[in-house]
Amino acid sequence: MREVAVVSSAVHQVEALTFTTDVQLMVPLINQARDSVGLCQDEIGFTCSGSSDFLAGQGFSFVQTLDAVGAFPPIAESHVEMDGAFALYEAWVKLQIGEVDTALVYSYGKSSPGSRRDVLAVQLDPYTMTPLWPDAHSVAALQARRLLESGGVTVEELAGIAVRSQRNAVGNPNALRASADVTIDDVLAGAVVADPLRATDLAAEADGGCAVVLVAGDRARELCDRPVWIRGIDHRVDAHGLGVRDLTRAPSAALAAARSAEQAGFEADVVDVAELHASSTAQVHLLTGELSLGDDVRIDPSGGSLAGDTLMAAGLVRIAEAARQVASGDADRALAHASSGPCLQQNLVCFLEGQ
Amino acid sequence: MTVGSLGELTAVLGVGQTRYQSTRGDVSIAGLVREAALRALEDASCTWADIDAVVIGKAPDFFEGLMMPELFLADALGCVGKPILRVHTAGSVGGSTALVATSLIQGRIHRRVLTLGFEKQSESNATWALSLPQPFSVSINAGAGGYFSPIIRRYMARSGAPELIGCMVAFKDRRHALRNPYAHLHQPDLTFDQVVDAPMLWDPIRFSETCPSSDGACAMVLGDEATGDAAAGPVAWVHGTAMRSEANNFPGRDEVNPQASRDCAVEVFSQAGITDPRSEIDAVEIYVPFSWYEPMWLESLGFAEPDRGWRMVEDGSTDIEGGDLPVNCSGGVLSSNPIGASGMIRFAEAALQVRGRAGDHQVDGARRAFGHAYGGGAQYFAMWVVGADKP
Repeated sequence: MREVAVVSSAVHQVEALTFTTDVQLMVPLINQARDSVGLCQDEIGFTCSGSSDFLAGQGFSFVQTLDAVGAFPPIAESHVEMDGAFALYEAWVKLQIGEVDTALVYSYGKSSPGSRRDVLAVQLDPYTMTPLWPDAHSVAALQARRLLESGGVTVEELAGIAVRSQRNAVGNPNALRASADVTIDDVLAGAVVADPLRATDLAAEADGGCAVVLVAGDRARELCDRPVWIRGIDHRVDAHGLGVRDLTRAPSAALAAARSAEQAGFEADVVDVAELHASSTAQVHLLTGELSLGDDVRIDPSGGSLAGDTLMAAGLVRIAEAARQVASGDADRALAHASSGPCLQQNLVCFLEGQ
Repeated sequence: MTVGSLGELTAVLGVGQTRYQSTRGDVSIAGLVREAALRALEDASCTWADIDAVVIGKAPDFFEGLMMPELFLADALGCVGKPILRVHTAGSVGGSTALVATSLIQGRIHRRVLTLGFEKQSESNATWALSLPQPFSVSINAGAGGYFSPIIRRYMARSGAPELIGCMVAFKDRRHALRNPYAHLHQPDLTFDQVVDAPMLWDPIRFSETCPSSDGACAMVLGDEATGDAAAGPVAWVHGTAMRSEANNFPGRDEVNPQASRDCAVEVFSQAGITDPRSEIDAVEIYVPFSWYEPMWLESLGFAEPDRGWRMVEDGSTDIEGGDLPVNCSGGVLSSNPIGASGMIRFAEAALQVRGRAGDHQVDGARRAFGHAYGGGAQYFAMWVVGADKP
């Protein structure tokens, strides 16, 4: 496996981006990620992005966003209709071939113009599920209810996860929900949105974007003091139908973690921090088990996606946040997780190490 | 951009296609993709268990009104417990999808990858999906034909091409389609005069010079060198791959012959060690949704001198009967257009040619073939060269 590192990143997340096009959002982020390691676009060997036409309300919406990159002279480029974490995976694969040494990855999402919880109903099986229009909060609540009734977790424990996220998020400029003094009682006093989930149990919906630069081998060492090496990366998918899955489990998350641990040569129980892409506190609980995170692991030091969740970018933001922890020296090893689909259907796990 | 190693050698082990038609009302989307996937597996003598990962592509989600449909298709594509990637690069997506799948082999991540492109246009309305009103911008509601017709006019003006070259391309591709059992349009009684007399849609593009709207899926099984060596039947070896994109709109942009297209062709031929594409390539599958794009791309790709591509059409060089560079022997996009699959069909047809498996539209003795796709406002390009022998 060729050594590839995250050498820079830029994130911007707010509750609602108004009067801002995707290009206006991405220009400063892409510039910041490239400029901070002194690379211009001609020195980027491969560019890959992730976004959703359904959020933009326009087919081929990513074509316009290419203007934020400055794609002339022409560039080697690709796009996935997936979270940016999967665009990062595609770029990492490209760097494995050895043909190029540098890659720019970006993704973005602006869900505030519509009702995101309803839009996500068209992500379900169009023949058997979408016609029922199950909204995303209700689908998340089904999973939370199964977890509670299986006895694996209590409402108080879920509230504890919400509190941890909000406290960790203090000081993170991209967090939408942060509080230094929130308590479990405060959280439990909140109204239930989709039984058993309260607003604080659900990821705070954000608009935003993220850009990351990947560089292979010695070039990464030249460009920054402490490259954050991708030691392992893998992704897997589970069956789609909610009725055919045990919603208290996410086997694809466990499998992706096992495969990337195999590549990395170390397990999830020895990482210092983990950044999780979950849409509810119940999913954070579930993932903590599936990913075999040890008791000493600091989970979601940025607040995680619970504190700010940009659809199509939240997974890439997790990688950026985990990499930031390692780059700053606050952690030596980190796990970053990204997910997609209803009830954690698809999962990506990435192991990072600073050196 | 440096030209480097291709990594692990990649072989096309199998190809599967559905019969392209206006409406596949007899199957769901899952049923449609599974049909193509099963045929590719059978052609590759593989089972689902042999597949390590799936890479799927389609055009905009609005074409079916589904957001990220690969999630619900994971079951039908045998993906449970495996990785699946969903590519979307505008009209070039079928080609780009095949190239992302190829990179998983080249990067030695996986040994066998199933790749698939599809569109089920009958489930929605593509012109609606392409014309959604946007804030602060004026929609011309002209569809793709309205976008490309002025560019074609520009080509005609600067090359001095005679008016009926486009009709000649359309007539040739529709005759080629008669040799391909999967093609959507089978018009055995079509005459050249009927092509010329067809209604004008977007001057100079006649109804007869555009692609149809099709339902369909195309799949390939790709493998690494060892699986290619072990295959019982003939495989196609990947000799070169390239993708290029450029911005849509800026002063001085050559929209007739975009630099991204030229750069992409230079890169893919250089990887394949080809210096004279016209003599070294035996069969060509290029993305021609509007007839005039055949001569335009022949020039851009280096098969013809600038402004002289139309002469290859006029003198029959691109006809499977008697031509020295048969183009779109399958009937091309002009005869079948399940958009998200159309690029992959070009790549798969190139592979069928060098495997000697193209049936009635086989180019005799084809050893090296070229597959091509483009998208956006002629901004996104994906290309590959495949050969009967290892590179």
